[in-house]
Amino acid sequence: MTDPSSCFEPLTDSDRSLESHNETLSYASFWQEGWIRFRSNKLALIGSMLLVLLFLMAIFGPLLTPYTYYETHLNLKNLPPSSKFWFGTDELGRDLFTRVWWGARISLFVGIMASLIDLAIGVFYGSIAAILGGKKEELMMRIADILYSIPYLLVVILLMVIIGSGITTIIIALTITGWIGMARIVRSQILQLKQMDFIKAATAMGASRRRILMKHLIPNCMGPIIITVTLTIPSAIFAEAFLSFLGLGVQAPIASWGTMANDGLSALRYYPWRLFFPAGFISITMLCFNLVGDGLRDAFDPRLRS
Amino acid sequence: MIGFLIKKFTLLIVSLFVVASFTFFLMHAIPGDPFTQDKAIPEEILQAMYKHYGLDQPLYVQYIDYIKGLLTFDLGPSFKYQGRTVNEIIAEGFPVSLCLGMEALVFSVVAGITLGSLASFKYLRWQDHATMAIAVLGISIPSFILATFLQYLFAMKLDLFPVARWGSFSQTILPALSLAALPTAFIARLTRSNMIEVFQQDYVQTAKAKGLSSFHIVTRHVIRNALLPVITFLGPLTAAILTGSFAVEKIFGIPGLGQWFVLSITNRDYTVIMGTTIFYSAILMLCVFIVDILYCFIDPRIKLQEAPSSND
Repeated sequence: MTDPSSCFEPLTDSDRSLESHNETLSYASFWQEGWIRFRSNKLALIGSMLLVLLFLMAIFGPLLTPYTYYETHLNLKNLPPSSKFWFGTDELGRDLFTRVWWGARISLFVGIMASLIDLAIGVFYGSIAAILGGKKEELMMRIADILYSIPYLLVVILLMVIIGSGITTIIIALTITGWIGMARIVRSQILQLKQMDFIKAATAMGASRRRILMKHLIPNCMGPIIITVTLTIPSAIFAEAFLSFLGLGVQAPIASWGTMANDGLSALRYYPWRLFFPAGFISITMLCFNLVGDGLRDAFDPRLRS
Repeated sequence: MIGFLIKKFTLLIVSLFVVASFTFFLMHAIPGDPFTQDKAIPEEILQAMYKHYGLDQPLYVQYIDYIKGLLTFDLGPSFKYQGRTVNEIIAEGFPVSLCLGMEALVFSVVAGITLGSLASFKYLRWQDHATMAIAVLGISIPSFILATFLQYLFAMKLDLFPVARWGSFSQTILPALSLAALPTAFIARLTRSNMIEVFQQDYVQTAKAKGLSSFHIVTRHVIRNALLPVITFLGPLTAAILTGSFAVEKIFGIPGLGQWFVLSITNRDYTVIMGTTIFYSAILMLCVFIVDILYCFIDPRIKLQEAPSSND
């Protein structure tokens, strides 16, 4: 690409398509342009399709079987996957297929809720700090720095020990310092935007700070905000699975992928499917969110646009 | 630069103090006390135990005692293991964890930089795509899942490595690999993107125009500049290895500090949880601080007001 000799080579088809691509780009809006870039990223597209599938299965999966996630059949325990129990059964004879999709509901719920709360707090705190400026901003960001330097998972583990396990407490624990990354990104974006002419113009025309923030600053940060949210979801899903794996997550009989993996660990040698199904779904979900997040970053991050 | 370091160091101390106070008050906010059990303990014994551990004092006295203890690196006694102190537990478990962590760290730095550079040399060719596909897998598979998978495949099925326990080098390989996967993937991605960026710089073009060999250009100009940002990853890297060790040590039955930490959580051994949390936080913050110092020395271009932000 930067090799000088390549300048003298004839254009290939891919070069031409790139050129025509650029022409359409120059007329496209920010979102259209991003969408065109995102669409051309096959991995990100596959990731988003798999995510849609995961969501659908989380909603409808448990309805496909005659079993429930809590009902035990002690005469049917530790069965391998079969036509009757598609993912096998666990040590209490519970159907793993049903439990895996119940786990999907919990993992996705925790991941999305935690990211949305991070989003709300982070955007609020970051934009307020950037708008206020001066000493107040300095103080707000120092507080954020101190909270940020505390190791994230340690805080979460500590809080779970203290406030006890459960879905709500996991979400609280994940968001208590989780919003800081978002706040920092929003603040640095707004600081850059504040220098732009259109903001100065809006100020000169007498727009209120609130109006400038809501109508001009935050909409222009949407790219980085969306990317951050997409990449926060897998880390929240990971944190939930990790906590449950350590025995701090949701409690029985509710199934989360982490608790199922923890249950399956002791039986790994003889009944490996009990570990591999939940473990596989944790990995696939995180992979899909990471692919989509990377795809969005490549598509919408203005710094990467050359 | 001295001012910058002092500022960073103050932040470190303040943060540690916040962590210590935070953990102390959280632990004391829990209803009940460490001796609340199913079996009723006679009142006199309970009182004697409170007195022994200083729990009969008002909270602020306990807090001051605790902070005093911290200043002299004394983390107090364990409530569950009679006659053992938190310091002893850390002294016993930490060397094992450190050994495992160092192995994972060295592996991830070497493998990550190698993979990332190779991918950047073959930018947009299949080698590049393959490496980046492996890297995104490495980022997506949590260490505790990779650990169980490696244990199942290489120890239980193929019988190539010991299943668990600690002692010989062959027992460290699988746990170290599971810990190293995520940092390796991150470093590979970071190295690749930095290398690609540096390849486009004017000074590399100049070097090419001068007719230097590509080997010379890469070793003298590209690698040095591309690897600088990798150093900032040292902080998050330590964090990843450290938290990974909680689960990996549990899976492989390694008697390290991570295992102790998880055990103390299950046992609700509050002083050990508190002490270990503070110890871990101190190590992580120290790593970030060292990165800041290193960065000042290595890269003269760095603006000292805005420190390299490490994100995890």
